[in-house]
Formats: sequence, structure tokens, C-alpha cells
Amino acid sequence: MSKELPKITKVLSEFPFRRAKVPGTLPVERYKDPLGTSFDTEWARKYPIRLLRALLLDNLLRPATKLIASPEVYGLDRVNDLKGPLIFASNHASHLDTPLLLCNLPERFRHRCVVAAGADYFFDRRWKSYLWSGLLGAIPIERNRVNRRSAELSTELIRKGWSLLIFPEGGRTQDGLGQSFKGGVAQLALKSGTPVVPIYLEGTFEILGKNSERIRPGKTRIVFGSPIDPTDKDARNLTKEIEAAVAVLSREVHDNYWDAQLARYQDEHLSLTPKDRGSWIAEWNRSAQAPKRHTSPKWPRYFGSSKKT
Amino acid sequence: MTSRPGFVLEVDRSTPPILMWHGNSYRLERFPKGARILYPPEPQEPIKDPKSAIAQALESPTGDSKPLSALLHKGMRLVIAFDDVSLPLPQMQAPDVRQMVIEAVLEKAAEHGVDDVYLIAALALHRRMTEGELRHALGARVYDAFHPRKRLLQHDAEDPSNLVDLGTTEHGEVVEINKLAAEADLLVYVNINLVSMDGGHKSVATGLASYRSIRHHHNVKTMVHSKSFMDMHNSELHTSNWRMGRHIASQGVKIFQIETTLNTDTFPKPFEFLSKREWEWNLKDRTAFIASSTSLQASPDWISRDIMHKIRSPYKLTGINAGEVEAVHAKTLDKVFSQQLVNVEGQSDILTMGLPFVGPYNVNSIMNPILVYCLALGYFFNMYIGKPLVRPGGVVIISHPNKAEFDPAFHPSYIDFYEQVLTETTDPKEIEKRFEESFANDPWYIHLYRKGNAYHGVHPFYMWYWGAHALDHLGGVIILGGDPKATRRLGFQPASTMMDAIEMAKSVVGPDPSITHLHSPPLVMAKVI
Repeated sequence: MSKELPKITKVLSEFPFRRAKVPGTLPVERYKDPLGTSFDTEWARKYPIRLLRALLLDNLLRPATKLIASPEVYGLDRVNDLKGPLIFASNHASHLDTPLLLCNLPERFRHRCVVAAGADYFFDRRWKSYLWSGLLGAIPIERNRVNRRSAELSTELIRKGWSLLIFPEGGRTQDGLGQSFKGGVAQLALKSGTPVVPIYLEGTFEILGKNSERIRPGKTRIVFGSPIDPTDKDARNLTKEIEAAVAVLSREVHDNYWDAQLARYQDEHLSLTPKDRGSWIAEWNRSAQAPKRHTSPKWPRYFGSSKKT
Repeated sequence: MTSRPGFVLEVDRSTPPILMWHGNSYRLERFPKGARILYPPEPQEPIKDPKSAIAQALESPTGDSKPLSALLHKGMRLVIAFDDVSLPLPQMQAPDVRQMVIEAVLEKAAEHGVDDVYLIAALALHRRMTEGELRHALGARVYDAFHPRKRLLQHDAEDPSNLVDLGTTEHGEVVEINKLAAEADLLVYVNINLVSMDGGHKSVATGLASYRSIRHHHNVKTMVHSKSFMDMHNSELHTSNWRMGRHIASQGVKIFQIETTLNTDTFPKPFEFLSKREWEWNLKDRTAFIASSTSLQASPDWISRDIMHKIRSPYKLTGINAGEVEAVHAKTLDKVFSQQLVNVEGQSDILTMGLPFVGPYNVNSIMNPILVYCLALGYFFNMYIGKPLVRPGGVVIISHPNKAEFDPAFHPSYIDFYEQVLTETTDPKEIEKRFEESFANDPWYIHLYRKGNAYHGVHPFYMWYWGAHALDHLGGVIILGGDPKATRRLGFQPASTMMDAIEMAKSVVGPDPSITHLHSPPLVMAKVI
């Protein structure tokens, strides 16, 4: 039986050809590891860096995302009048999500916002830690288990007046479909008493999905929902409520506002995650509707054959 | 800088593939999410001035013993027995700790005018050491001074003229040991405690004993009730040895025990990545791994084996205690445990382990399937205190090529054991009952043991009994990358990849098994809570 050989580029990009990542489950108290959740991002919130970041965001990233993702923003009126720090919770499909959302947040929040980023992915190397905390104001969040340091840092920043942009799914979707929300956002909201603004983001998976090799410019839609007040709620229900709110926003742009509102009260399974996820039949049906991609290389075409097709 | 303790790492998606021994080579294996990796503690800081530490230990003994200089006097016979080539593993860089200690003892003896000195390698039923090995263990000075005078001897468990029967213990165990050692005015035993199994009364009661004596504790019944050999308080093997040791002392044999402990700094600079944690490998380590593993895998076995057996470990002395056997051993154990012990919560369904190129019985030789079995189920499986790392009915996955290759000079009886005994049965009790006697008394094997460099005819049986507790405890054993024919001969199952092995194990332990991997090198012992 022939065995498929792994791609040489993949082999070269992995351990031992590259340095191994520090395992997220490492008992950190024994190590003074300056990376991961221990990385100090305080420097990135100092005034000169914020100014630099604001300049970059408004003059470089904003036009760039506009060019690549042509965002259409809905529901801004729901957040325009809000004051104080907020937690923005969005579904997550692409690396493009963070700059796109940051550039399209209302100006009042845009320049005083930190982004929750996976400590094991964005803060595993020194250069990455500095790049993401400096460029996007990212803070390291432990996404595989409960980490007191992550939680305390986020709460402290919210209390100081910083808004937080977070992706409760805990990572980018593999297949473009939604994933169930993790409980961290609800915990944060309850602990800090901050309202959560649900955001539905669409179109970034097609532009730069998890397994995409290049950017394919396209159109995106960002829908802001009404803030959810966490007062007198428990974490489990709040998580469900945030997930349902994002699903309602998705219906709002696909169907209409009224149907979405009806679904909000009538549909018991309100989630971006389809019920039949994992079934091959559902996947097969969905693949028929997916946009076609030309994956054959541009050059050399017909290599080894004189026949033109 | 203090050494960092060992710990249990839970595999998550950021965990890199883990280093695993595979005979003469090593490879990286990815473990499923949720598996536990048992990382050993880092090597402890060595004693800065070993010479003065040795001198200090000899003059301030532990327990009920006079200082060594008070025990030495003109006209006495001094016998110095020492551990054989099975310790430490791999052999340590010169000077060997035995050389350092023996030189210190000899200097004291010379100072007190002791002229009648013998050195004996405590072989038990192991093979005789070669000249090169003796020179390495004792140093050229000691070898050249004693060997030409025929005062450097190797214990012969089959020489009736040089064995003395000291009677029996209260349990009826025959105590028969080396005559020269038993009748000396003072017997100094120089030991290396690499693991907690070594040392104590086992040094003399086994190391200098005859087959008649050793058979009382090296048998299936004792082995099955030694849980584990590394925990002397729960080891029937040690209980029996302690009875014998106390009987030897009661018969007037005067023993001055010197026990040494080493740190776990096992590999020299070019191979130091083997002992590092994978995420701490720097560019040099990664380059060394890729270059060495690729070339070792591409080389013929005899070349890769030769390269690996040429490794000399930079082990360093971490402790030395001398004096009365039991008091000394208690201190030694504390030191060994402080270096090797890691707390582990609960047992798992599957235990995985990579086996290296060397075990106690194949120094400078081939690791044959019986030794693979013994190293895995006898040694690595027993590296616990409390409960085994794997639950009763669990599965052990061993990574080793397990080829049916034997060293005819060192392991002649192993070949016949493999061809004649294992083809009939793999049940230790049946093997003991049907075959042990004929192998143990075979004149040809006895001749090869006494005059050549062969292990005793009964030694492969002991190897098999060594794993009896594990066989009794486990539901199955899988050898990853093992030669299918040789693996099945041992009664185990071969698998080609780790994922295959885990899938196969699931048929024994059920779906969604918990996995623990024993990361080595260096040595690690689990205290399973």
C-alpha cells in the first residue's frame, strides 16, 4: 500500500526542524517563562504605543481591510450610544477577523480595546508576542484550561476602562461553520459586570480560512447586536444567550429582522453550529453550494503533456 | 543552580512530539491529546570535591561501625568486593566512582600496613568482566597492581573450592557465599546505587553468592510478590536478601559497606539533547537529533550498536555513605529517591516506554529479545512505588526493534532458551518447573560461565522471572516496531505505528484509554498516589 508522503514544507515547518512550542499544560509555576500567559503586555498600552497603533490602524489596516474584505457594517446604532467598556464577542473564521473588527468598531472603543488572543498560538515566541501585542493590542488568553492570570488580566483591564474583543469559539473554524461558544466570556462578563455585545461576522472564511494558502479578496458583513447585560445571570445561561444572539444576527442578515426575532423565541436550537455537523451527508450537501476554487497551479500547466484541454 | 524536579505533562495540541528510544536509535512520537508524559527530574548538582567526600565518609561512618582506619591493622586480610559491569549504565566516564573509592580504601590500607588485599568483582551469575572493563572500572593503577599478582579476582558461583556454606536462614534459605570474602578479616563492599533496587544486603547476599543460594529469591514466587523491586519495603526479593544479609552478619562476616549514588547526567555533550525537554531543544540540539537519528537508523545494526555502546556517561557522584549496611542503605535510598522520584496521580490504562540500546545485562553486547522483555517488564515497569503506573489488566507498549539477534559469547544459554523454552511456553511458573534445573546444571554452560565470558545457564530464566510480576498484572504487551516473529515468540503483539498500537490496546482496555508515557532518559521513578 502506498503511503502518502507529507509535504516537505510541512515537515520543515514542524519540530524538530523548528523549535517546539512550549506545551500549554506545562506546570508553569516551575518555570519563569516570559512567554505565553506570562508575557507582560503592559508596554503595548502605554500612550506612545497606543498613538502609533491608532495611526497604523486608521491609516494602514483600515484601508487594507477595506480593499481585501469590503466590509458592510450593520447594527452600529445599537452600540453607538453605549458608554464605558464593553466586551465584543464574535464568531471566528479567519486571521482577518481581528483587524477587520478592530477597524470597524465605533471610534470610541476602537482605540481603547484589547484583543484576547490564544497564548499558545500568538504568544509562543518572543517576536510574535511583541508583534501582536504591539500591533493589535493583543493580550494572552489561555484557551485550553482555566488560567487565573488570563482571567485576572482581562478583568483588570476592563475595570480600567478597556474594551475587550474576544472570540468565544476559542479558535478559527475548520470548515466555515460555527462552533459552540466556550464559557470564558460569560465568566468575564459576570466578574466585571460588563455588557457583552454580540457580533456576527461573515465572509472572512472565504477570504482567508483556516487552511487557505492565500488571500482571496471578497465581501464581508459585520453585524452588531444589542448588548447583553450579565446582571443576575449564571455563566452557563449567559454563554447560551450570547451564542443564540450571534445566531440571531446571522439570521438577520440572511433572512430578515422579523424572522430572526421570531426564531429567537421559537427556535430551541439557536446556534451557529448546525445540528447535523459531522454527518457526511450534510457536508456533501453543503459542499455542492460552496464556491468553487481553482487550485491547479498557474504554471507550469500541462507539464509533461502536449495536450491542451 | 538547583535542578528542576520531574513532573507530569498532559499532552495538548501545543505539545511537540516526544522523544522515544527505539533500540540503538530514537525517534519522535506524537501522543494523543490527554496522554500524560512523565518527565524525570533534572540531574542533581554533584559533590564538588568527591575525594574529600569519600575520605570523610570512610572516617565518619554511618550506623554501628567504626571508621575504616580503626578497622585496618597489620597482618589482616582485606577483601574489597565491587559491583560488576552491569552498573552504571552506560559505563561512566573515567574515573569510575569504583576506582575513586577503591583507591581511597587502598591508600588507607597501605597507610595501616595491610598487605594481604584481594579485590573481587561481585558477579553473582553474571558474565566475567573483560580486561578492558576491569581497567575502566578500577583504573589502570589498581588493575596493574593487583591483576598480575592474581589478587584481582572475579567471583565464581560455581567453584566449590571457593564457596562457603554459612548455614540457613530461619526460612530455610541456604546462604552460600564467596569463601575468600566470608573468611576475610574485613570485607569492604564498594557499590553503585543507580536505582533503588541495588545495594544494601543484596550486594553481598546476591553479588557474592552461589546458584544454590541465589535460587531462593530469584524465583517466580518471590518475583511475583515483589511490588516493586525498586521499593524494598514491598519487595519479597529484598526481604529474602535482608534475611540472608543478617544471617551472614550473624556468622561473623565483618562487612564495611560503601554505597555511592550518582546523578542522572546520562549523556555526554553530543547527545545531551536526549535528556532535555523537547521544547527546550535549541538549534544545536535539533540539528544533533536530526543528524544522529537519521544516521543511526540508516546504519547497519552492528555499527549503530557500536557507536551507542561507546558512549561514556558524565555521571557525577551525589552522595557517599559508608559503615553498617542497613544504616548506610537507608541514607542511600533517600538520595536515590530525591533524584528520581516523581509523584503521579492514579494509574492509566496504557503505559508506553521506549527501550534504549543498553540494559544491565548487555553492556558491550546485543540486546536480545529476552533482555528486551526483561528491561521493559522487569525494570521499566517496576520503576514505581505504591502502585504500578498501569492499572491491573492494562497494556504496556514498548518501542524497540526486538530482533532475534544474540551474542553467542555472552549469552549462549539465551539462544537455547529462546529456541527450546519459549517455543514451548511463556508461562514463568511452567518454565521454572520444567526447564530451570537442566539449564542451571548444564556442564557446558557452567564451563562457559567459569572460563569464558558467558552469563550463567540459568540467567535467561531469571530474566523471565524478573517480568513475572508485570505479566501477572498486565492484560497485554505490544512491541512497537518489533520484529513480528520475535515479538510473537515472547507472547506479545507487534505493531508498526503508535496509533496502531493504541488501537490494538483498545481491544484489551476498552475505548478512550488513558495513556502514560515514561520519558527516558534519564531514569525516573513514579510514586503513584
